[in-house]
Amino acid sequence: MLIPVILITSFIVFFIINLAPGDVVAQLTGGDATQEEIAQVRAQLGLDQPILIRYIKYLGGLLHGDLGTSYVTGRSVYASYMEKLPATLQLALASIFVSILISIPLGISSAVHQGSIRDNVGMVAALLGLSMPNFWLGLLLIIVFALNLGWLPSGGSDGFKSIILPAITVGTGLTAMLTRTTRSSMLDVIRQDYLRTARAKGVPERLVIRKHALKNALIPVITVIGTQLGSCLGGAILTETVFSWPGVGRLILDAVNSRDIPMVTGCIVLKTITISIILLIVDLLYAVVDPRIRAQYSKGGK
Amino acid sequence: MSDNILEVSHLKKYFKTQRGMVHAVDDVSFSIERGKTLGIVGESGCGKSTIGRVILQLIKPTSGSVRFDGQEIAGLSGWKMRSMRKEMQMIFQDPFSSIDPRRTVNQIIGEPLKVHGIKKNRVEREERVLELMETVGLAERLINAYPHELDGGRRQRVGIACALAVEPRFIVCDEPVSALDVSIQAQILNLLKHLQRQIGLTYIFITHDLSVVNHFSDDIAVMYLGQVVEITSAQELFDRPLHPYTQALLSAIPIPEIGRKRQRIILNGEISSPIDPPDQCRFAKRCLYATDECRAHCPSLREVSPGHQVACWRV
Repeated sequence: MLIPVILITSFIVFFIINLAPGDVVAQLTGGDATQEEIAQVRAQLGLDQPILIRYIKYLGGLLHGDLGTSYVTGRSVYASYMEKLPATLQLALASIFVSILISIPLGISSAVHQGSIRDNVGMVAALLGLSMPNFWLGLLLIIVFALNLGWLPSGGSDGFKSIILPAITVGTGLTAMLTRTTRSSMLDVIRQDYLRTARAKGVPERLVIRKHALKNALIPVITVIGTQLGSCLGGAILTETVFSWPGVGRLILDAVNSRDIPMVTGCIVLKTITISIILLIVDLLYAVVDPRIRAQYSKGGK
Repeated sequence: MSDNILEVSHLKKYFKTQRGMVHAVDDVSFSIERGKTLGIVGESGCGKSTIGRVILQLIKPTSGSVRFDGQEIAGLSGWKMRSMRKEMQMIFQDPFSSIDPRRTVNQIIGEPLKVHGIKKNRVEREERVLELMETVGLAERLINAYPHELDGGRRQRVGIACALAVEPRFIVCDEPVSALDVSIQAQILNLLKHLQRQIGLTYIFITHDLSVVNHFSDDIAVMYLGQVVEITSAQELFDRPLHPYTQALLSAIPIPEIGRKRQRIILNGEISSPIDPPDQCRFAKRCLYATDECRAHCPSLREVSPGHQVACWRV
């Protein structure tokens, strides 16, 4: 499954970057290079060959696990990506954490008090998080907490304090979807007969919701968290730029700006692999959460 | 005064809908003697299940009183009612949807023990669960099974074990066998009967199956559109049904004998709507004997002979 996905994404990225106007050579040589100099650099990088040949050569390297080297820095793409990955991973996990912290309680209370004021306020709040542009919220947070109050740093990445603002920025953007999923999934479960059974047994209402309802409502919630984590790992380009967070998003952005084809393609291939792994983990989590799915796995599918 | 474990009087439950008030349970009164079984029969949508749930306060009644062992429980607050649930439990109709699919048999049966603080220790609890499983006839090896691994009969046994776990004195059985095969129905009914003799349980047995209720109940209440139209002992009801609706119901029971045909009473006419019903006999539109009086006022239950109450103008 992973291999065709990698082939297709790498192909698309490779060609699209190629179609974009501008050229890495112009960046490397500066404005005042002579024709010969430019041609020489082109030959050095192999850019004088047709694109299909370049792509096939690139794939050949990929087969050996070689993602090529950057046109600009001359460093291995894999090394540059792995260097930036921890920061992105941190930010992604922190953002998901913020999102879960807000969404799950909000979703539950909306579902339990369906149609009431609490439900509506919750939904509007979640939507607000989605509709606020990340860069704007980011700037707003910087102005309030970094500039005016001086509690938190405005950018960079040193330690726990500096991750708070970017995590809130990205996290609130994720809440709308997660809250809505939690709410609708809970609503499905709340109407189930076994909740009435639990109440008839004498289980306190709080536990009915937490142990019986929430656990049964978790599958769609986990799916959403998984896909969100995947998309976060791609790097939150705007947020990373606003907070000068040294993550993968900015790496890709810089590479795109300088038409650094191996860098862009390599990063996206690696990103695809990371996301696929995350989705696999999510699939496995289903089995942990739901015994019925576990039974299917042990029977060997079907 | 007889020893009544449960007294229900003037119990009402109305549901608000967009088209008006649904009178799901409308002014129902009855009582049950300790250790006996009251069967509640009626067609779909007549409010049988609602009565069961209202008695257990799973749905709050609109008005009326429910006294359990002399104590008023209608409108008790959440935690006070919870301690009452040790005394009164419920067995649900659908064994497939009424059990949490994510928990094992051990967790399901153990939960009431846990929440009521009867067995706090995990090992003790498991012992008790095994004991209960044996009581209801579940093999020991199923203790860690999930509901989806069990068939309907076994699931229903899990439901019964759950209800028995807290050693209640009173159980509402809401169509406990209607979702099961006939052969398993008999097993479950015998099990319930056996348990009643053994621990002196009191049952309310809700069903639409008259042959089941005859076998099982001491008294039977017949419901029609939210009201009790006839209530008496099972024997008397089958020998001398007085309400036209009861007569029609009884005539519909199939007789397992070749060549013998029963005179069926076929009901025609439209079923009245339970939404904001007018002040007339609810059964008047389908009744063979309806008179102007039936269409003018709603009859209430009257005792026509000792222990036999009927709500009909003509009796």
